[in-house]
Amino acid sequence: MEMKDIIKPENLVFKKTSLFTEKPLSYCPGCGHGTVHRLILETIEEMGLQAETIGVAPVGCSVLAYEFMDIDMQQAAHGRAPALATAIKRLHPEKFVFTYQGDGDLAAIGTAETIHACNRGENIIIFFVNNGIYGMTGGQMAPTTLPGMKTSTSPFGRDTEIMGNPLKITELVAHLPGTYYVTRNAVHTPAAARKAKKAIQKAFEYQKLNKGLCFLEFVSNCNSGWKLPPVKSNEWMVENMFPYYPLGDIKVPSL
Amino acid sequence: MGELRLMKGNEAIAEAAVRAGCDGYFGYPITPQSEVLEYLMSVKPYETTGMVVLQAESEVSAINMCYGGAGCGKMVMTSSSSPGISLKMEGISYMAGAELPLLILNVVRGGPGLGTIQPSQCDYFQATKGGGHGDYRLYVLAPASVQEMADFAKLGFEMAYKYRTPVMILSDGIIGQMMEKVDLFDPIPRRTNEEIIKTCPWATTGKTANRERNIITSLDLDSAKQEKHVFDLDAKYKRMQAEDTRFERIMCDDAEYLLVAYGSSARICQKTVDVARAEGIKLGLLRPITLFPFPTDEISKLAGQVKGMLSVEMSLGQMVEDVRLAVNGKIPVEHYGRTGGMIHTPAEVLAALKSIIIGG
Ligand SMILES: Cc1ncc(C[n+]2csc(CCOP(=O)(O)OP(=O)(O)O)c2C)c(N)n1
Ligand code: SF4
Ligand SMILES: [Mg+2]
Repeated sequence: MEMKDIIKPENLVFKKTSLFTEKPLSYCPGCGHGTVHRLILETIEEMGLQAETIGVAPVGCSVLAYEFMDIDMQQAAHGRAPALATAIKRLHPEKFVFTYQGDGDLAAIGTAETIHACNRGENIIIFFVNNGIYGMTGGQMAPTTLPGMKTSTSPFGRDTEIMGNPLKITELVAHLPGTYYVTRNAVHTPAAARKAKKAIQKAFEYQKLNKGLCFLEFVSNCNSGWKLPPVKSNEWMVENMFPYYPLGDIKVPSL
Repeated sequence: MGELRLMKGNEAIAEAAVRAGCDGYFGYPITPQSEVLEYLMSVKPYETTGMVVLQAESEVSAINMCYGGAGCGKMVMTSSSSPGISLKMEGISYMAGAELPLLILNVVRGGPGLGTIQPSQCDYFQATKGGGHGDYRLYVLAPASVQEMADFAKLGFEMAYKYRTPVMILSDGIIGQMMEKVDLFDPIPRRTNEEIIKTCPWATTGKTANRERNIITSLDLDSAKQEKHVFDLDAKYKRMQAEDTRFERIMCDDAEYLLVAYGSSARICQKTVDVARAEGIKLGLLRPITLFPFPTDEISKLAGQVKGMLSVEMSLGQMVEDVRLAVNGKIPVEHYGRTGGMIHTPAEVLAALKSIIIGG
């Protein structure tokens, strides 16, 4: 069989979602950010929501998310994305509104904005990529850094006596009456990514119901910050991050 | 002619914002401006015009809500007093960088720090020289009456959209708290989403097939582009200077001496002018209405006419630096004023004029 006989629409099994712009991703090879972007964009494309969606980018490695996502987006100050999204949704209740945030952005500098948006029950989605480190600024300790984990500002490992404990903010927001759907996923294997996508689809569906905030954590890797090759970083994530941040639904709507 | 009412300055500006067609107010309580949020909550514009009113968890959050709303092209407003305005500075800088229209009210109280809840004009530097980080300016209006609190809400929104920039109304505890008669303009309907899409083609209103995606950001990692962006901002600030500098001349035509004062202090100085004139002193008052752009040319002209100027501010003297720059050494320029929540009297101002300028 010739190549041209194989390249046919009916044989297509994989394509780049049309909602990715032509801009090459700025993420390190093997980083989870790109995969999470893709799953969100695929969902928006499949649900036909390009014109209906407004996204908010954080400060962190995904600060340039708006360069890659072919939808209207705003770029927030560090940690403030949920405040922007609150106003966007309240002033445009007919739109689908989401934030995309890292752990430093969401669970350190933006803790107040996160908790109060969740507690008010804003009808938005928060996509939370937890890699346990400040990727963008070169691998400093994050609120989610594991006990004993080495970072540039905890070079001998996180000593919880001195540096405090990792914050399980996802469990925390699940307790708040304003959250409707709270779940934790990963994107390191095809099966995990398929599961994560289902959660993303649900979150967009739920936004139509106006019943509160959907909070989707993705436990992810930072091979650069963790100083591990991509495959090793995923192994390290499974061994160390998953026991501390177990995958699965934390709060599901009582339908 | 609209509707005559007796109102506090803080209430007047809240009512005027609703009438101006404001889409969203986001605030946090602090004395002496909490009446803005209280008034809005009591008149429930969300049931009449559809305006969103939300008490945020902090000033930081409130200003960032404004960013989100303004990024959608919506007409948004926030208000606070000095310590809260300091917290808003991050968001104000981002909004100046992202070129977003906003109306900010600062009902100034005495500082630094928690200071006092009494009136002051000690935030002039913060309002006109930056406050937040970066090469930016705000369009700054200084109301001297409850009437102007109402009128400047409308004017402020006009300027915010004309220049795609945050506009600050720099008021103080006197203007915010005092009651005066106010003639309220007729309500203007809020713009529809279709009108916003037309008039704000840059806004994030949802990417439709007929246009590129819209992005609201203050970030440009390419320094050459960032420099160009700052030059563009500067061109905008120069246009403000040329087209929208505002001031009021009171008894200036034959003046031999001049007071320069804005806001509450200008009200006090007006009385000083009357008393001085009764004593035979030819005193005038120049009231800057916009603090940025500053009426530099007008003051420079007056420097060729009068023998000395006294900048009268409820602070240690901040605007006096801009007056001196305008006068450029031609005649003596001094400052007088009480601070920390104390208010000078017309007699104290006259005595200061006599000792520092006339006798000096
Ligand atoms: C007010 C402010 N403080 C600090 C920074 C510097 N800064 C940029 S990104 C970042 C941490 C981001 O970490 P995270 O949210 O975990 O995102 P990641 O890069 O790991 O995806 C910090 C501290 C900033 N931009 N603004
Ligand atoms: S630094 Fe870490 S989080 Fe950032 S792109 Fe690289 S791997 Fe991803
Ligand atoms: Mg991180």
